[in-house]
Amino acid sequence: MSATMIDRIVGPRVEPTEFSRRGLRYGTPGFLLLVARVLLLVSLFLPYWHMALHAPQYPENLHLTAYINTLTGDVAEINGLNHYIGMRPLEEAAQFERSIGVYAMIGMVVLLELAAFIHTKWAALLVIPAILFPAVFLFDLHYWMSNFGQNLDPTAPLSNSIKPFVPPILGEGIIGQFKTVASAGLGLYLACAASVVQVVALYFHRRAYRPLVLAKRASVSS
Amino acid sequence: MRQQGSQGTGWKLAVGLIVALSGVAAGQGMKDVEAVAKERGLSAADLLAAAKTYTPSGMKDEYVIFSSGGHSGQVFVIGVPSMRLLRTIAVFTPEPWQGWGYGVGNDILAEGNVNGKPNLWGDTHHPAISETKGDYDGEFLFINDKINARIAVIDLRDFETKQIVKNPLTVSDHGGAFVTPDTEYVIEGAQYAVPLGFDYAPISEYKDKYRGSVTMWKFDRKAGRIDKSQSFALELPPYWQDLADSGKLASEGFFFLNSLNTEMATGGIESKQPPFEAGVSRNATDYLHIVNWHKAEQAFKDGKAEMIKGFPVLRIQTLIDEGILFLTPEPRSPHGVDVAPKGDFIVVAGKLDPHVSVYSIDKIKKAIADKKYSGSDDYGIPVLDFDAVIEAQVELGLGPLHTQFGPDGYAYTSLFLDSAVARWTLGGSYGAGTPEPDWTLVSKTSVHYNVGHIGAAEGDTVSPDGKYLVAFNKWSVDRFLHPGPLLAQNFQLIDISAQGTTMPVIYDMPIGIGEPHYAQIIKADKLKPWSVYPEVGWDPHKQAIDPMAPKPKQERIERKDGLVEIYGTAVRSHFTPEHVTVKQGDRVVWRITNVERAVDAIHGFAIPAYNINLSLEPGETAKIEFVADVPGTFPFYCSEFCSALHLEMMGYLMVEPN
Repeated sequence: MSATMIDRIVGPRVEPTEFSRRGLRYGTPGFLLLVARVLLLVSLFLPYWHMALHAPQYPENLHLTAYINTLTGDVAEINGLNHYIGMRPLEEAAQFERSIGVYAMIGMVVLLELAAFIHTKWAALLVIPAILFPAVFLFDLHYWMSNFGQNLDPTAPLSNSIKPFVPPILGEGIIGQFKTVASAGLGLYLACAASVVQVVALYFHRRAYRPLVLAKRASVSS
Repeated sequence: MRQQGSQGTGWKLAVGLIVALSGVAAGQGMKDVEAVAKERGLSAADLLAAAKTYTPSGMKDEYVIFSSGGHSGQVFVIGVPSMRLLRTIAVFTPEPWQGWGYGVGNDILAEGNVNGKPNLWGDTHHPAISETKGDYDGEFLFINDKINARIAVIDLRDFETKQIVKNPLTVSDHGGAFVTPDTEYVIEGAQYAVPLGFDYAPISEYKDKYRGSVTMWKFDRKAGRIDKSQSFALELPPYWQDLADSGKLASEGFFFLNSLNTEMATGGIESKQPPFEAGVSRNATDYLHIVNWHKAEQAFKDGKAEMIKGFPVLRIQTLIDEGILFLTPEPRSPHGVDVAPKGDFIVVAGKLDPHVSVYSIDKIKKAIADKKYSGSDDYGIPVLDFDAVIEAQVELGLGPLHTQFGPDGYAYTSLFLDSAVARWTLGGSYGAGTPEPDWTLVSKTSVHYNVGHIGAAEGDTVSPDGKYLVAFNKWSVDRFLHPGPLLAQNFQLIDISAQGTTMPVIYDMPIGIGEPHYAQIIKADKLKPWSVYPEVGWDPHKQAIDPMAPKPKQERIERKDGLVEIYGTAVRSHFTPEHVTVKQGDRVVWRITNVERAVDAIHGFAIPAYNINLSLEPGETAKIEFVADVPGTFPFYCSEFCSALHLEMMGYLMVEPN
């Protein structure tokens, strides 16, 4: 890649005098992206999704909690129950996603960091993965829930008494004697908040740097 | 029949109280309570008692009773105030539900063999919760077996028996189990005198050959076992030592034993000799034994014990020489000896004397130091002058037996002949706690009937809780429906929370499984039991992971030279493996792990014809061994209803004939 091409992607720099004169204008996008990065990094340590299974013989309910990279809670007990209906062990779901989860998140954070240095519309491209991340997480969750719920072992003990099903990934559902209550975790809320912050950051980014890009383009063409 | 309708105002008061206590549910008001009470003939006092004890579904009890199980050879665990039986703990007797003796616990039961012979019942009398600084710590429970002089150790993490020790010197015990204030020792006093080691000797040689004893079993808390190699015994005169209690605080380092037969009566009614019941009660006094166990321990460590039946024994002469043992007169044929919370007073209840006699440890120590002896017994043991050591005598009623303590300076004593529990005041530094004068009877509550021991909440510790007292009555006579002529015992819960004369009975619990004796009552939150074993593959005997425990996906059958080793698992709702074929005469070693982690996901494992049943609690692994000597087809199954497909949880053991 040539130096001019990098210049064109990175975009015009802000003169130090200009920056100190209008610090808020030029500093806001970078600050907001920093906030988004912090939110995403913190979310790594928080649950993204939670499901409680209510049944009479479990007065404290059974619980499943998904983090970016692990699934915790009453996994063994739920697997034990699922074997009756021929559902595969939960550990087999989203193995790839969980194995790369943390690296993907760090990658997105690095992209946001780069985006803070890019003053052209290319910055948007680097931010888009992180903006879409919560939606991607939920879609993936839905994919695995339906994959597991639809592919039951026909030789399982109770395979005759239950039809393939897809438990709702948010809200309430019914499977056998269990009522399932699924909800987003704090981590997912933080990731969503990060998405909103990033969209706002892009708005301020455009407001701050778009005039510089246009001015440079005008000076080149004249 | 009850009198009805004569308690109008009290009634309304109680009904109001009930309604206030329960919070009025929709459609269930005072009127409904009143109607039901009227229909069932319940008085105001009954409703109040119900409000104090009724424990709705899901509400937990505040205290837990560990009760001896009498002839059942077991321990009963009962909640207070609900008086619901929470479980029995199998100890000296095989118990199928827990698999005890039917595949698990067989080795522990065998530890209790007497001269190599299985004795598969027990007569459990006196449980003792382990203590730290004289207060229950809820970690272990010890219990004696009177019929064969054995002590069992129960781990209160899983409420299972871990050890049985057979006393090598004596064949009956009664003065135990009780523990020293930090559970350094579990103490077991022998009862009926026998030659040490229970060898044969004609009864004409009673005075020379027959002996009492008290055994100090060293407890290794870390191992959770009695350490026999650090244990020793004291030889005592053949006085039928009876109940006993450990000193604490002011009397730390001492313990006290009663005795019945200082007359050394030998019975013989058939040859026109006075029967034991008369001979043993002839003298006006027997001897309270005062033992300085710190000194006894030192003498043992200094090598002053003699080996008898392979067990170290401090002989009577050593006890005299070392200043370990002293006697003092006590009203004849006493039963309980109980040490007050601060350790300063020792309360002896002579069952044929209407008083309790209260001894002072300060006076005892002073009398020992000043050698204030009124003489010595036939064996040369110094007898402390009664007047020099007695603090008070309080007349309570007929047949006083056992004493427990409250937090405020009250003591409680069971009165066997009066069928009552007496509340009386202690003196000394306790006197300020009660409005009544020191050393006086305050009130009596009738119990039904023939009360033996009593247990107050933590009532034999350095910090009694008061609140509840349970009378362990021997006879129930007319209290319950008659299930044939063998009647239940009656545990009566008494509310002792109010000072003064109010001490109502608030619940009757029939015990139809054996005749309990003593029981201790511990605050429930002091117990920290496991709900499931800590890890899968847990061996409850070792309280550790068993490296040989079968694991899921590694189930297998290994065969070599007439030995078949099965590594199996149990999980809802199948065993792995399900088909096990062996040849007649094969030795079978069957290991099985319950891999469940859910609370209450228990599996049984029962094999017909081979007398096997296991209880496998979540995480537990067990090993059974048998010779497949009976050919045939044997469906084994899960004997604890585990799941919707419980009936399907089975397999076949096929023993091919030769």
